[in-house]
Amino acid sequence: MEDKQYIEYVHANAQKSAHVMTLVWAFLVGGVICCIGQGFGDIFALVLPDWEKSKIAALVSMTMIFLGAFLTGVGVYDKLGAKAGGGSIVPITGFANSVASPAMEFNKEGIVLGMMAKMFVVAGPIIVAGTVSSVVSGLIYWIVGLFN
Amino acid sequence: MDIFLGYVKAFAIGGLVCMIAQILINKTKMTSARILVLFLLVGVFLELVGVFKYIENFAGAGITIPITGFGSTIVKGAKEGAKIGLFEALTYGFRNMAAGLTAAIFFGFIFALIFKSHSKKV
Amino acid sequence: MRQGKQTYLLDNKVYIQSAYSLAGPYEAKGNFRQYFDCVMQDDEWKCKSHEMAEIEMQRFVIGECLAKVNVSPLDCGAIMGGDLLNQIVPTSFSARDFHTPFMGLYNACATFGEALALASTLVSGDFDKVVCCTSSHYATAERQYRFPLELGTQPTPESQWTVTGSGAVLLSKKPGKYPQVKGYTIGRVLDFGLTDPNNMGGAMAPAAANTIVTHFRDTGRSPDYYDMIITGDLGRFGRETLHYLCKKEGYVLDNLNDCGSMVYCEEQKAGQGGSGAGCCSLVFTAYLYKKLIEGSLKKILFVPTGAMLSKDSALQGESIPGIAHAVIIEMED
Repeated sequence: MEDKQYIEYVHANAQKSAHVMTLVWAFLVGGVICCIGQGFGDIFALVLPDWEKSKIAALVSMTMIFLGAFLTGVGVYDKLGAKAGGGSIVPITGFANSVASPAMEFNKEGIVLGMMAKMFVVAGPIIVAGTVSSVVSGLIYWIVGLFN
Repeated sequence: MDIFLGYVKAFAIGGLVCMIAQILINKTKMTSARILVLFLLVGVFLELVGVFKYIENFAGAGITIPITGFGSTIVKGAKEGAKIGLFEALTYGFRNMAAGLTAAIFFGFIFALIFKSHSKKV
Repeated sequence: MRQGKQTYLLDNKVYIQSAYSLAGPYEAKGNFRQYFDCVMQDDEWKCKSHEMAEIEMQRFVIGECLAKVNVSPLDCGAIMGGDLLNQIVPTSFSARDFHTPFMGLYNACATFGEALALASTLVSGDFDKVVCCTSSHYATAERQYRFPLELGTQPTPESQWTVTGSGAVLLSKKPGKYPQVKGYTIGRVLDFGLTDPNNMGGAMAPAAANTIVTHFRDTGRSPDYYDMIITGDLGRFGRETLHYLCKKEGYVLDNLNDCGSMVYCEEQKAGQGGSGAGCCSLVFTAYLYKKLIEGSLKKILFVPTGAMLSKDSALQGESIPGIAHAVIIEMED
């Protein structure tokens, strides 16, 4: 019963996103979050001068994840997300949000079968994609290493 | 002055990355999980082809704070492991994910115990 | 009595003896703020979860609807109703507190239309009193169909806002100065192939247009027979689309309104408007029923609309079928 004409009508007439404003918000919020990360990086480098760079970077991610999870907990991150869209999804704080929000949501079904089981309903794909790409890239590097 | 310039660059590139995500959201109606996976894979790809470190040198946190940075650390770990042996090549990538994952799971758990989710306001 | 293809006019008089509405905190700030019988201060309503709050909402609304006209639940032939959650939990669970026979229904957001049609048939037959009740809740629907509440997602401009609210009516044989259900047109499930679960107005508009046009053809009436043709939750875009589709069939609906587009006011920025099984029952019991009693509306065609999707069907790439039932409600002098 599919009606091509009707689908075209709907696509032509449905309201489009308020384009420019969402982009501006995404840019501003995303930029600010990255600057906060940069700030933590500089502070940690100053306080912990003998740490190597990659360790500092990991610490910065952990701090940002803490912030993202905390802001999710106090109910700020969803409001930020409604305004900023991509600006709050793409930074690592958005990853923290996507772990903490289902954990909070499904806490009502119990800690084990609710919160723990459903913590990764949103973030699961990211972990799977990360793990698979880690194995694939490891294999690539290993095979390339054989020929060198 | 150099430090200040670093922040401007981080702001600009970080903002730009997020803006590209927003364009994708507006155009394709992708949900946040898809966006995160896509950008993670972009980070993996950029690191694999060796471009990531140039962007990182320029933009600093502007590219490492977005989830692309997570992708790049994974590949960095795999690369490091591959120098040692096959086992390390397969597992060191995940080792580099450990910091982020541990933080996300632990803080997610703690805050879910403390806070409750609330409805959004119209 | 059957009229034409899908329309049935009731042989006996069926009165809507009582109606009661309960609105959530944000609905209470919308366009109908002065009409609601009761308003929830917050949407958890002192319950342990939002789902339990929705059960409590329906229980409260049915109880108050009956208490308003001093009818005991034991005198009712049946409670009929539904909601949006899996296994229609809120309706079924709320019915356990009444010692009344219960029939659970599901037609997505068109459940209230289905309930009115079935209940009026029963009352026109051997049943004496039947209660119809539907509800929806923003937080429970969001969890069921979309994302966790605290996830930072951006609502698309086509999307609608699930109404937190519930409404119940009591259909009865008892004569009085009440609005009457005169008949109904049962709609077909129509699917024009739209797949965007955010744009439900577009998916439901063809079904609504089909039901309304069939209604006019079956009865031989024209749109101006009614003071108001009011659809359930098409939203602003869906309403325009419905207008366009009916115009193509030769019916210009100048008196077309939509509960979903009316329930929130402009400043609330609720996208296309409200949606949910509770949307049309809330607006009907709060606003339309009072206007009918008052006499400022005489004849309305009430068309709750529903989009029959689930989270899994959308992920599997299925398109979204729509349904709409038209109920004729008239106030006699």
